[in-house]
Amino acid sequence: MSTAKAANVEDSIESIAPEEESVVVGQREISNIELKAIIESLIFVADEPIGAKAIADIIYVDREAVEAAIQELLGDYQARPSGLQLREIAGGWQIATRPEHHEHIRAYLKSKPSAKLSLASLETLAVIAYRQPVTVPEILEIRGVQSPSAIKTLLDKRLIVAKGRKETVGRPMMYGTSKEFLIQFGLKDLSELPSMEDFQDLAGGAE
Amino acid sequence: MMEETTQTLEPEAAASTSSDAPQTISVAGAQPEIAPDLDSDQLKLTLGEFEGPLDLLLYLIRQDQINIYEIPVARITDEYLRYLQLMQELDLAVAGDFLVMAAQLLDLKSRMLLPREATADDEEELDPRLDLVNRLLEHEKFKAAAQMLWSRATVERAVFTRAEIETDKNNPEVVVGLFDLLRVFQDILARHKEEVLLEIEREEVTMAEMIERLRNMVRSAGELNLLKFFERAQSRRELVVAFLSVLELVRLNEISLRQRETFGEIVAKSVSPA
Repeated sequence: MSTAKAANVEDSIESIAPEEESVVVGQREISNIELKAIIESLIFVADEPIGAKAIADIIYVDREAVEAAIQELLGDYQARPSGLQLREIAGGWQIATRPEHHEHIRAYLKSKPSAKLSLASLETLAVIAYRQPVTVPEILEIRGVQSPSAIKTLLDKRLIVAKGRKETVGRPMMYGTSKEFLIQFGLKDLSELPSMEDFQDLAGGAE
Repeated sequence: MMEETTQTLEPEAAASTSSDAPQTISVAGAQPEIAPDLDSDQLKLTLGEFEGPLDLLLYLIRQDQINIYEIPVARITDEYLRYLQLMQELDLAVAGDFLVMAAQLLDLKSRMLLPREATADDEEELDPRLDLVNRLLEHEKFKAAAQMLWSRATVERAVFTRAEIETDKNNPEVVVGLFDLLRVFQDILARHKEEVLLEIEREEVTMAEMIERLRNMVRSAGELNLLKFFERAQSRRELVVAFLSVLELVRLNEISLRQRETFGEIVAKSVSPA
C-alpha cells in the first residue's frame, strides 16, 4: 500500500463517525466496532473478493457506512503487524497472507509456485490488457507473430474472455481481460495497470 | 514462433557458420551458446527464447547499439537475412512471419536507395523507415508490459487466501439430481439381475429327492446328527427343503428327534416299525 493510500485512510478515519456511534443492522442497533467485525468476517468467509455493495445488501446497512467501516478496518490491518492483509482487488475486498511469508505457507501447503505463463502468452496477454477489446489480427500486427496457442492458453486459464465480434470484414472475435486476470495479477481494476507511456520511457531509454 | 531450441551441429557445419556469420548468429533473447559437447565430436548450439521477426530485429538493433530512429537498413537487412539463412542451415522451420519481414526489409532497403521526394515540406515524415520504427517501439513497449505482468504474477503467487471451505463449491451429494439417482439405481438392479441369473442355473433338489436323501442317511447310519444333514444343503432354498423334509418324516412317523441336552445337538433316529 502506498503512503498516499495510508494518508487517505487516516482522513477517512477522522471523517467518519466515532466508534461509540451506532447503525441499525437488520432489526437492531449495533456499534461501529461490531459493524467492522461483521464486515471483516464476511470478507473472510467470501471465496471471492467481495464488494462494499454486496456487503451492504447482506447486512442492510448503507453502502457509505460499509465503505467507511472498511476503510477503518483497513487502517486497523495496516496499524498492526499482522500476517494478514486486507486488500482491494478485482473490485472487491479480500483478506490474504503477505507475500513475504510465502515460503512457510508453501511448506505447509506442500505447494510449489504454479506453472508460469510462457513469454509468448505473457506478451499476448499484455497486448490484450492494453488494447482491449482486440482481435487476433490486431494482436498479430503488434506482436509480429501468430499467437494461436497463446490465445488458447489464456482462454483455458480464464485470463481472457471473448467480448463479441468486431463489425468488420470477417467479423473477427474480440478479446478482453477477465475478472480472473485482475485477481491473478493483484489489480484493483484495469486503471491500476501502469500506463503505456511509462513503458515508452523504459523502451526508449535502452538506446 | 520459436521455443527454446537446442540444435546439434555436425563439426563442419558449425565451422562454416562460425566463419560466415561470426557474432551475428547471437540472436535470441539471451545470448546463445555454442559449446563443445565433451562426450562427442559435435558442437551444440543453444538458442534462447525468441519470439518472431520483430524480436529478432530489435535484438539486432540493440546489439549493435544503433539509434532506433537511424536504422542502417542495408546492414540490418543483411544481418537479418544471414540469420534466416542460418536457421535454414540448422533445419529449423522458418515461420512465414520471418519471411514476410524479410520481404518488407528488402522493400525498405530498395526504397532507401531512391532519392527522397523533394516536393515534401516535412522531410521527417517521408522517412520510409518510420513505419517500421513505430512498430518496433510499440513491440518493445509490449515486451516491457509483459515483463511487468510477469513480476506482478510472481508477487501474486506468493499471496494466499484462506483454504476452501465446504460451501465454496456445491456439495456434490446435493448436486445429484433425481435422474442421476434413478440411473444409479438401474445400474444396481442390472447387476443384481445378473447374479440372480447365475443362481437359477444351479441344480435344484426337489422335496421328494430331499426326503429320500434323509431317509437313506438315517437308515445307513442308524442315527443322524441333523447338523450334518443341514450342512449338506448348498443354498438357502435347499436348506428350507431339507428342514421341511425333516418335518415331513417326523409327521409320517418315520423318524424321531431327540435332544440330549438343552441347546445340544439334535439326533434323528428311524422309528423302527414295532
